[in-house]
Amino acid sequence: MKKIFCLSFLLSLFVLHSGIAQELRTFEKFDDLEKAMIKENDTLYVVNFWATWCAPCVKELPYFEAFNNKNQDNKIKVILVSLDFNKQVDSKLKPFLKKKNYKTEVVFLKDKDYNSWLSKVDADWSGAIPATWLIQGKKRKFVEKDFKNLTELEEHINSFNNQ
Amino acid sequence: MKILSVLFISILSLFNSETPVVGGYKPGDTATDFKLKATDGKMYSMSDYKDAKGFIVVFTCNHCPFAVKYEDRIIDLAKKYKSKGYILLAINPNDPIAQPEDSFDLMKVRAKEKGFTFPYLFDEGQKIYPQYGATKTPHAFLLDKNLVVKYIGAIDDNVEDASQVKERYLENAIAALESQKVPSPALTKAIGCSIKVKK
Repeated sequence: MKKIFCLSFLLSLFVLHSGIAQELRTFEKFDDLEKAMIKENDTLYVVNFWATWCAPCVKELPYFEAFNNKNQDNKIKVILVSLDFNKQVDSKLKPFLKKKNYKTEVVFLKDKDYNSWLSKVDADWSGAIPATWLIQGKKRKFVEKDFKNLTELEEHINSFNNQ
Repeated sequence: MKILSVLFISILSLFNSETPVVGGYKPGDTATDFKLKATDGKMYSMSDYKDAKGFIVVFTCNHCPFAVKYEDRIIDLAKKYKSKGYILLAINPNDPIAQPEDSFDLMKVRAKEKGFTFPYLFDEGQKIYPQYGATKTPHAFLLDKNLVVKYIGAIDDNVEDASQVKERYLENAIAALESQKVPSPALTKAIGCSIKVKK
């Protein structure tokens, strides 16, 4: 028994180390995602909605990655919510993530009934991506736009902090 | 000049964040008729259909993965409702310079490949879609015979998989119109690609 435990411990270490353990967290419904990922506390959540088929989204992902890496010691949580097609998770999304190897957490939202949840993020969201949602405590800010560089993203987040 | 364009862009983004549908119709408004060229080379207007009970105007295109996912559903809708007196007209609103896959020549190719039984029209010069307030492809508008807008938005509630659809918004709206009721919902958010405009 002890032997098996040791072995599985070693195996899990190996798996963790090699990064294979980084399974893509998937949510069936938007509410499940919100409940699991976003807490009402003093953490600033930077939630970016994107998909591999959305060129301007893919272009701005590195700015979110850079922002995440710069703010490791701050109470900031960056979440990249993929809205890829359910049938393209294995063929497009996973290979894309493997290639990019982002440190920022990526989650997958399966909920394709957009009209049931878009308004929960923001009443005015047309459904277009990229879109970015900032949350801290009860404070919310939503924009349907793409950021041209890291500075623009940081300025946007700073203006939210000073709001 | 640069400042001007920056100003213009910031005004645009202001609109984007505050009112996603700039201008455009709401249910109850009367839509404009149009005269647009179809892939068969003919010009089409709604006034050509004297006996129509209503019109299903769908802004759609070739390139957008969402439009592609809806293609077969649009073909089926056109067939199903033609016999009931509703005419489906598809309009490509994209600027082919901004999106070369949506050129008139490639529209012809696509219409032939898929065997479209409805006119696939080209919004040349992008004059019609802003009047309707379409923002996406696909974006559906249901009009009654007097061109009064009855429904605007998504075709149904599952962009990805037709077999998983639970709410057929557009068909429910047609059913409501048939029984002289107000569609509910009369407005949903169309899910798809933004309409492409030359930069």
